[in-house]
Amino acid sequence: MYNWNWKILWEVSPDGVNTYLQTLINGLGWTLTVALGAWIMALVLGTVIGVIRTTPVKWAVKLCDAYVEVFRNIPLLVQMFLWFYVMPEFLPGAISAYIKASPNYSVIAAVICLGFFTSARVAEQVKAGIQSLPRGQSMAGTALGLTLPQTYRYVLLPMAGRIVIPPLTSEFLNVIKNSAVAFTISVVELMGAARSMQEFSFQVFEAFTAATIIFLIVNGCVILLMRTIERFARVPGFIVSGGGH
Amino acid sequence: MQNFDFEVVMRTWPFLWQGLIFTIEVTLLSALGGVVFGTLLAMARLSSIKPIAWLAGFYVNGLRSIPLLLVIFWFYFLVPYLGAWLIGAKEPVRVGALASCLITFIMFEACYFCEIMRAGIQSISRGQIWAGYAIGLNYWQTMIKVVLPQAFRNMLPVLLTQTIILFQDVSLVSVLSIKDFFGAAQLVATQEGRPLEMYITVALIYFVLCFVLSLMVKKLQKKIAIIR
Repeated sequence: MYNWNWKILWEVSPDGVNTYLQTLINGLGWTLTVALGAWIMALVLGTVIGVIRTTPVKWAVKLCDAYVEVFRNIPLLVQMFLWFYVMPEFLPGAISAYIKASPNYSVIAAVICLGFFTSARVAEQVKAGIQSLPRGQSMAGTALGLTLPQTYRYVLLPMAGRIVIPPLTSEFLNVIKNSAVAFTISVVELMGAARSMQEFSFQVFEAFTAATIIFLIVNGCVILLMRTIERFARVPGFIVSGGGH
Repeated sequence: MQNFDFEVVMRTWPFLWQGLIFTIEVTLLSALGGVVFGTLLAMARLSSIKPIAWLAGFYVNGLRSIPLLLVIFWFYFLVPYLGAWLIGAKEPVRVGALASCLITFIMFEACYFCEIMRAGIQSISRGQIWAGYAIGLNYWQTMIKVVLPQAFRNMLPVLLTQTIILFQDVSLVSVLSIKDFFGAAQLVATQEGRPLEMYITVALIYFVLCFVLSLMVKKLQKKIAIIR
């Protein structure tokens, strides 16, 4: 049967410097880098797209709806490959060559890919958050003589921003999990580190158990952090159930 | 920018088609198995017997907090050992690609289907369950004849949306060199040296399929909403 050997974590990995545990921690560093980079991008883009989808400007709404559909209906893995292999070919020769030579291009591609992918989901949540407000609120804004941007700035967004925090928590957890897909374009994040530890040491289950535990810890930390934020941001007396997966 | 040559797609289409069939097979069978197992998990999570509820919660929340890729690797390596343990063999058993994928996705998607069905069961008023008990049905009869049909119907659009996500997620098994739709395309891309054409084609086909399916789900959602 299987031979367990937990000491493997403290043995030196094939890079000759770090222990296997250290390579996993380094992997976690890349996981967080990719996830945070993508998350910032997704929040900015997703908020803009989500807000536009609730405005009365028809053509802009159509355009943003199309944006969301594109990123939601292609598997993340395929999108990764598109950004990594296909995208550089469409750029002018010099830029394309520069990008392909850059050692960190896989990380950049992963951030861009995950950023766009997640922005579509953030946009859905932002839209749902704004639409969950009573219609009377925007009407009241208009009645007061506020322009459309002013209605958003002073009436709708301050409320929606607070309502949308719980569903965004689960999107944040998703972006961390989804960053594992970056391993397919050779970003050595936590999943990739565990996979290479498994390939070199043959200690399959130690590698994956360690990675699983690290993912669970990160998840736990994020949930604790977001609960605190949610407590401060909660709108008293306004109950909105959070969005799921 | 190199010249496009979509002729390669035509030439290798039978091979890609096989991959697409595999992906659809895995999707449908896993959705079916996942809904059944997920419903049982949901009933366990709502059980008044605390250890059962706790254990199901642990399983569901545990699998939901780690990446699907990690789960795919876990089951790929674990299933042969589990099989050996089940039938008492000394050596790890060999498991085929299809069986391995099915086990993985049923076990994983059951967690997501569980949460959907849990919401569905909770959407049925308690009074109906009491009514079931009052006319002499036991727990299983109340569940199967009264609660689950309604819960299932209320949640049908969400279950189908999750199935579309599952259809996209199956592409991840290509990391195990399994020839699903994307795995097949990846193989052709490397062998023929035509990554651009292959990846663009695959993306387009996935997009069209998923987009049309999601439109159909939206239509169904409206239809169900009117009847209720």
